[in-house]
Amino acid sequence: MAGKVLTVTSGKGGVGKTTATANLAVALAATGEKVVCIDADIGLRNLDVVLGLENRIVYDLVDVVEGRCRLRQALIRDKRLPDLFLIPAAQTRDKSAVSPSDMVRLADDLRQEFDWILIDSPAGIERGFRNAIAPADIVLVVTNPEVSAVRDADRIIGLIEAEEKGPARLVINRIKPDMVRRGDMLSADDVLELLAIELIGMVPEDENVVMSTNRGLPISLNGKSKAGQAFRNIARRLNGEEVPFMPMDEESGLRGWLARWIRPGGS
Amino acid sequence: MNRFLDRLLGRTPSSASQAKERMKLVLIHDRTDLTPTALEALKDELIQVISRYVEIEPSTVSIEMTQEGREQRLIADIPLRSNRRRRTG
Repeated sequence: MAGKVLTVTSGKGGVGKTTATANLAVALAATGEKVVCIDADIGLRNLDVVLGLENRIVYDLVDVVEGRCRLRQALIRDKRLPDLFLIPAAQTRDKSAVSPSDMVRLADDLRQEFDWILIDSPAGIERGFRNAIAPADIVLVVTNPEVSAVRDADRIIGLIEAEEKGPARLVINRIKPDMVRRGDMLSADDVLELLAIELIGMVPEDENVVMSTNRGLPISLNGKSKAGQAFRNIARRLNGEEVPFMPMDEESGLRGWLARWIRPGGS
Repeated sequence: MNRFLDRLLGRTPSSASQAKERMKLVLIHDRTDLTPTALEALKDELIQVISRYVEIEPSTVSIEMTQEGREQRLIADIPLRSNRRRRTG
């Protein structure tokens, strides 16, 4: 068995990299794939809280790389999904504690045992980013429909191509359909036209993401939420399924119901 | 309602379309490291070099950056002064 290494990156911080990594890991593990995620954001550990595993950490990524523990000891098993594991970032060290070749070696060890190795990249274009993409087979770039996030995504896509890790695939996160409809937010089509790479997912803004993260339960475990559905769809596409993109322009609530009723099939 | 009317009459472009137009230009310059000033300098030098071989009218020369997917292209349109006109004129 040779697992695939998927790196989630973005350039800009705060666009939803860690949320995307956690949700894709959960969605893949829920379909029976054996998954490990690695938090590569050394010094700013976060994937553990998003996954709700913060109380179980004994060893971290730097401990593994520096040989203070065996790889197996640093793997934290998820509470709900027996096929999901986490290697947390070190909280007290700096980025230079790990090198790109360390990451390649670690990923190669994990490939023997896991179907998927998901790496949550730190923001920025420095060492931490280079560590995160060094072992990648597939790179996902997460962006928001905002000028600063799109500009940084474009820069990162260029760097991924230069490192011969491309073509990267795009996740457009936190789309607000109401604002797009009013012409006050870049649409997914606009962002795609600007960045000109393949789209793998569109995720609508969803308050449930904040609420579920508060509880340490990734949203893709929630069957009803739209964002959860969007992440599950990305996981299926990663597994080679053809899944149609969810429409992002449907109005919600009474107004949406009225709009659909008054002009059926319209918009 | 005023905002709606403005948009209906095409008076103010939506903020999204402004964002898109701005980003198009920003990304072209980010990807190529070519500033508008550098592009102007390139144009002037190009005109000088070409003028050494053929007769051209500098004011008709246009150089612009276009984009196809993630590929950038520099397009130069350089109309030549025709031989015939030169002989008669």
